[in-house]
Amino acid sequence: MGGSASSVPPDLLGEYQELTFLTKQEILIAHKRFSELVPKEERDQILSARVPKDKVVTLPELRANPFQHRICRVFSTAEDGDDSLSFEDFLDMLSVFSDAATSEIKSHYAFRIFDFDDDGTLDRKDLENLVNCLTGDADGTRLSTSEMDQLIQNILEESDIDKDGTINLSEFQHVISRSPDFASSFKIVL
Amino acid sequence: MPPVAPGAEAWAKPERSWEHPEYSAATLRILASMPSRTIGRSRGAILSQYYNRTARLRRRSSRPPLLQTSRAARPSLRQYDLELDAGHAQEEEKRCLLVKELQSLPSSQRSHLLLTMPLSLAQKRSLRQDSSGQGDTLKKPRRTRGPLPGCSQVEYYLILGVRSTWYGLLSSLPTLQPWHYALKQIGGRFGSSVLSYFLFLKTLLLFNLLLFLLLLVFVVAMQAAYPPTTPARRTFMGLELLTGAGSFTHTLMYCGYYSNDTLNDPCILGPSSVRCQRGRSRLPYNMPLAYLFTVGVSFFITCILLVYSMSRSFGESYRVDSTRGDLAMKLFCTWDWKVTQRRSVQLLQDNLCTQLKELLGELRDQYRPRSLCQQLHRLAVLALTWALSLGSVLACVLAVYYFSEHMHRVQQKSWEQHSSEMQQEAQLLALPLVVSLMNLVLPYVYSGLGTWERQESPVLGVYVAICRNLLLKMVVLGMLCYHWLSRKVGLSGDKCWETSVGQELYRFVVMDFIFILLDTLLGELLWR
Repeated sequence: MGGSASSVPPDLLGEYQELTFLTKQEILIAHKRFSELVPKEERDQILSARVPKDKVVTLPELRANPFQHRICRVFSTAEDGDDSLSFEDFLDMLSVFSDAATSEIKSHYAFRIFDFDDDGTLDRKDLENLVNCLTGDADGTRLSTSEMDQLIQNILEESDIDKDGTINLSEFQHVISRSPDFASSFKIVL
Repeated sequence: MPPVAPGAEAWAKPERSWEHPEYSAATLRILASMPSRTIGRSRGAILSQYYNRTARLRRRSSRPPLLQTSRAARPSLRQYDLELDAGHAQEEEKRCLLVKELQSLPSSQRSHLLLTMPLSLAQKRSLRQDSSGQGDTLKKPRRTRGPLPGCSQVEYYLILGVRSTWYGLLSSLPTLQPWHYALKQIGGRFGSSVLSYFLFLKTLLLFNLLLFLLLLVFVVAMQAAYPPTTPARRTFMGLELLTGAGSFTHTLMYCGYYSNDTLNDPCILGPSSVRCQRGRSRLPYNMPLAYLFTVGVSFFITCILLVYSMSRSFGESYRVDSTRGDLAMKLFCTWDWKVTQRRSVQLLQDNLCTQLKELLGELRDQYRPRSLCQQLHRLAVLALTWALSLGSVLACVLAVYYFSEHMHRVQQKSWEQHSSEMQQEAQLLALPLVVSLMNLVLPYVYSGLGTWERQESPVLGVYVAICRNLLLKMVVLGMLCYHWLSRKVGLSGDKCWETSVGQELYRFVVMDFIFILLDTLLGELLWR
């Protein structure tokens, strides 16, 4: 395996260390893994290259994740909406999923990942999609319609404080704050 | 005016008229731009939220008088500006205000605030550029022309060198962690709960290493340097590794080897007088005091570490009002993002589906009270399982007692008859074998009882299983201690009782280890 042609310049490295929750080692490892995704001709300008979504989901850490497409959508800053990730988007993603990130940041991004229609709240359709994602697509593991309705009814009763039929960010963060394990399970390490 | 960052449009507003047909379009537009809905969506809302946060930080020392606060229908709305139209103009205005606020903060607070903002890295960098007024990337801090006042040139460069090596060491510290890759693979394959067990084992290992080093340096090494006079060493037979007796008896392994007086004493007590050697510098080393201090310091360190780690983890994981609201928490918080294997992900999904179905079933049944017959049945099952487990503990204890008495009689007989050493040593292994067998079989029995019982919550089931296993182990250990300490005189006269007890413990540990290995290999791997 040939070494990558470019590496992260030290002043940029310092800036990334200050603005993300990643350590220097983690940034360098991320740079190495990102350069493996970029085709050979673009390896000289890794910092400005964009990797399409199909290549990003081949990463072993994302390959089996049922939320892989949502992750690419949430962290991508592509103008044309093709969910491609640049190196800075990749670092953003790793920073949110790292050990040192605060619970507030994690819950904010978890909310955005679970918001399937990107409208700023979790309504019934979002919750249905979430349950289907979490329980898998194989036959026999999906919940029946009545069970799904009962489940969503109970969830909205428990967490919807202003009774508008949807869960907004504050209500979501309130539910998350009751679980001490969220921060340690919301982690992806390269 | 800085150029608009790419992808600056707020996300599209939803079409909601089908959901609330009775609301007009204007109402829906106002509702859609309420703070509760825009916080999660629009960048302008995030910027304005953080602008207000920095403004509050700045004004913390001087509170504005009450008359100046503007009135609003709800007090919480005072913090946020109502955005009726989240367009570009509003967002740019908010951004400028935020940049101005950031400029007035000290740089450490500024970078901390930027770190915690849920914006993309490109936006954070542009905010940072604008607020600190520096060039494109982070420049090196301007070095002072000369050395600091009061230090010479050499000292200055020395301090710089030491600081850079220290920072280099700190940044490379995570890679020095042992088993980093192995733990990551375990987490990826089996999930966070199995990973936490291995992290516990790692902590235990490091802690034991620390205590071992303390004892090694202060007690064992000193005794090894000044060995006492021992009876003739017996030849090494293979059985010592299992029994710990034989040629291992008078070695550093057991308490009987360690001397009770001062090592390297310049004053030697002779048969008639005390002779003190002069002319040679010798440092006496008082073994009992050394042992006392080493053990005392170990206990002290253990106590401090335990209290510190327990208080820290309690503070991190205690949550108020965590008993209600199970379902939403289960849905949002239990997904394990570390898992990387497809088969493990499927397992997690099946698990979660079963749990959700069970919870839903229970919620449905909650509204139907249990009949008297069912309650009696449940009480009978509970009484029976507890009677069985306590009965098994009692049976084990009696078995250990009678078997140890029997083995003691057998050993006395073989010692009187001067049978071969091999036979004598082999008889010592019988009791550990029986106890290890009991420790292996009974936990499976208890888990079977637990599945028959079916407690209301799985947490309660785990606590009950832990309780039963602990009870068994503690009672059997108590019986063994009574058995050892009631026969203080060792079998052969040249051993003190500490050595005998030490050898018994060694045998138990080795036998337990062998059984666990066999159980893991045969039970888990073959069964799969």
